[in-house]
Amino acid sequence: MTTTQKPESGTHLPAPQAINGGEAVAYAMRQIDPEVVAAYPITPQTFIIEKFSEYVADGLVNSEYINVESEHAAMSACVGATAAGGRSQTATSGPGLALMYEMLWVASGMRLPIVMHLCSRSFSAPLNILCDHSDVMGMRESSWPMLIGSSPQEAYDQAVVMPTIAEHADVKLPVANVLDGFTVTHSVERVEVLPDEIAKEFVGEYEPEIWALQPGSTATFGTLDANDFYYEHKRQQVEAMNNALEVVRTQLNAIGEITGRPMNLVEGYLLDDAEVALVVLGSSEGMVRAAVDKARADGIKAGMLRIRLFRPFPVADVRKALDGIGAVGVLDRAIAFGTPGNGLLQDIATTTRSMSDRPLLMDFVYGLGGRATPKQLFRQAIDHVIEMNETRVEPDEPAYLGLK
Amino acid sequence: MTLKLRELSLKPDLFGTGHGLCAGCAESVSVRQILAALENPPIVALATGCLEVSTTRFPDTTWKVPVIHSAFENSATTISGVEAAYKALVRKGRMEERPLTFVVFAGDGATYDIGFQWLSGALERGHKFIYICLNNEGYMNTGIQRSSATLLGAWTTTTPTGDVRPGKPEWHKDMTKIIAAHGIPYVAQAASHNWKDLMTKVRKAEQADGPSFINVLTPCDRGWRFEPDQTMEVSKLMVESGLWPLYEVVEGSWKMTGARQKRRPVIDALLSQRRFSHITKNADDKVIATIQAKVDEEWDALQALCKMSANQ
Repeated sequence: MTTTQKPESGTHLPAPQAINGGEAVAYAMRQIDPEVVAAYPITPQTFIIEKFSEYVADGLVNSEYINVESEHAAMSACVGATAAGGRSQTATSGPGLALMYEMLWVASGMRLPIVMHLCSRSFSAPLNILCDHSDVMGMRESSWPMLIGSSPQEAYDQAVVMPTIAEHADVKLPVANVLDGFTVTHSVERVEVLPDEIAKEFVGEYEPEIWALQPGSTATFGTLDANDFYYEHKRQQVEAMNNALEVVRTQLNAIGEITGRPMNLVEGYLLDDAEVALVVLGSSEGMVRAAVDKARADGIKAGMLRIRLFRPFPVADVRKALDGIGAVGVLDRAIAFGTPGNGLLQDIATTTRSMSDRPLLMDFVYGLGGRATPKQLFRQAIDHVIEMNETRVEPDEPAYLGLK
Repeated sequence: MTLKLRELSLKPDLFGTGHGLCAGCAESVSVRQILAALENPPIVALATGCLEVSTTRFPDTTWKVPVIHSAFENSATTISGVEAAYKALVRKGRMEERPLTFVVFAGDGATYDIGFQWLSGALERGHKFIYICLNNEGYMNTGIQRSSATLLGAWTTTTPTGDVRPGKPEWHKDMTKIIAAHGIPYVAQAASHNWKDLMTKVRKAEQADGPSFINVLTPCDRGWRFEPDQTMEVSKLMVESGLWPLYEVVEGSWKMTGARQKRRPVIDALLSQRRFSHITKNADDKVIATIQAKVDEEWDALQALCKMSANQ
């Protein structure tokens, strides 16, 4: 699957392109050339499927593009296509993900290595088309490995690596490539793409063991399990998710070798000597880095940790990154209503609970429904974390950054 | 196109033994015949329902062909994905082109109600597949609840007979006509007792240039309340009374099929099923008159369509 030799630096790379995150994902999809792409347009995902439709119209891919009538149908068609023996991909956002929710569990339960590009968006109501992580949190328990990038470049790099994770013999699960709605999907940046032959060689072809179109097949897919086997099948999914962690690490290293752009399960910034840190998902990384820089300039030993591999949660990597840090602020871009902590805080709290000298935690909600969060607010968050580090008292309630 | 019993008897049975369908269920009979009628090897998608739960319980399977079940509402879309994957795999040179027939089996709940949108979308996109609705006029798998295929006046567990409501209050949806309005090449109604008519229609559907749809009446002894040895008789009465006319729409041309004979009154069919016993106990019940009048009206409309097609 990943026997590609590292090309000599700079000899194979086409000119960098100024494209947005959606187009960058579509570019990778063209190179992967999946047998089936089934998608339904929804803002802010539309750049991906419009660009891919152009590739289809120009005959640049072999893919069958199915213009389905809903997101539920998009995932249903992917389930059929991949059970049949083809690679399949889709893309969606917020409410579209909610509509296909049933099928997220069907896809993972049937162990079908489908790739979905999730352009994160809030859930209605009120209707809001802008970015937050309600959809990301909404699918976090559905047994999909999820990688969250922070830029169009990362959206591309992750898109190339996703099939190799999903189809790995130890994983066999659908995977999500998350890119933040608008801030990544619509941001035009310099994106370095791989030459087609390098990308294609890296991804290879899908070689399923059991597939419905296999000549002579009499396989039954999507069986009924009563109370005699359901539990065991779910336990197998736990194994697959556990296995996914090291597979992701290996595959990120492999693509990083080729691109020269290393990607890790978690990305730390100035953590080595940090006394306090903020933990973040996705494209807000840039503003948080800027806030950390400002804090450093103000004489505060602050750092940042970005979680790229959100599922399976990279427990050991997070513990290692936060070791020795006194207090941590967790940035949550979605509310887990009625729970004792929002999504990312729950993960960080359960991850750090057994550390001998665990950091104190406080939760910050920010950026809901596309609300801009300037670096000054993250800088203020750092002050709150410093204060907690001094008082050694963890608040029960989250703080709401930028709330009017 | 001609069906020869001798040839059919030599074909391997693609629907095996060991299923869990009820005694008297029409579905296994019709499914066996449908698979036998196909000339190409089939790939099947199943909607959640009686047939699916009774034939695919892990680690066993009744099927000797590839079968994919993914959910209740989306079997037409699941088969869309299979058909699309086949085309792309052939185009990429990853698979030899070979004759295959893509078939969906779904109940009336999955077809008329929860899966209506998925089916309509797949038909509009023109995937080549045969959609078989195994129509037992209700949600029998979950315990005999009404669907929009359930007949007026019928008792079900969600349209119980009470002091103020005598069974299902609404006329059923005419799904076959709705499907015909999609303009697909082949649409038909068939019934379990008339194997030859059913199998001939399956052959025609298989040869159609695009999607096809066959709505097969599969009486349910548990849900309709008749004895398990009466299934085929009940199916016959439903057809002969005009409650379930047998016809086909080939490239937009409407035609009655099956033996032509004088139509029986609907009461003959209603009396065969105890789901109507609360209305059939009184021959003057106004629901019976309403059903007869509506059946007459729909019959006339169907004859007019057939006449118009014949004159074209």
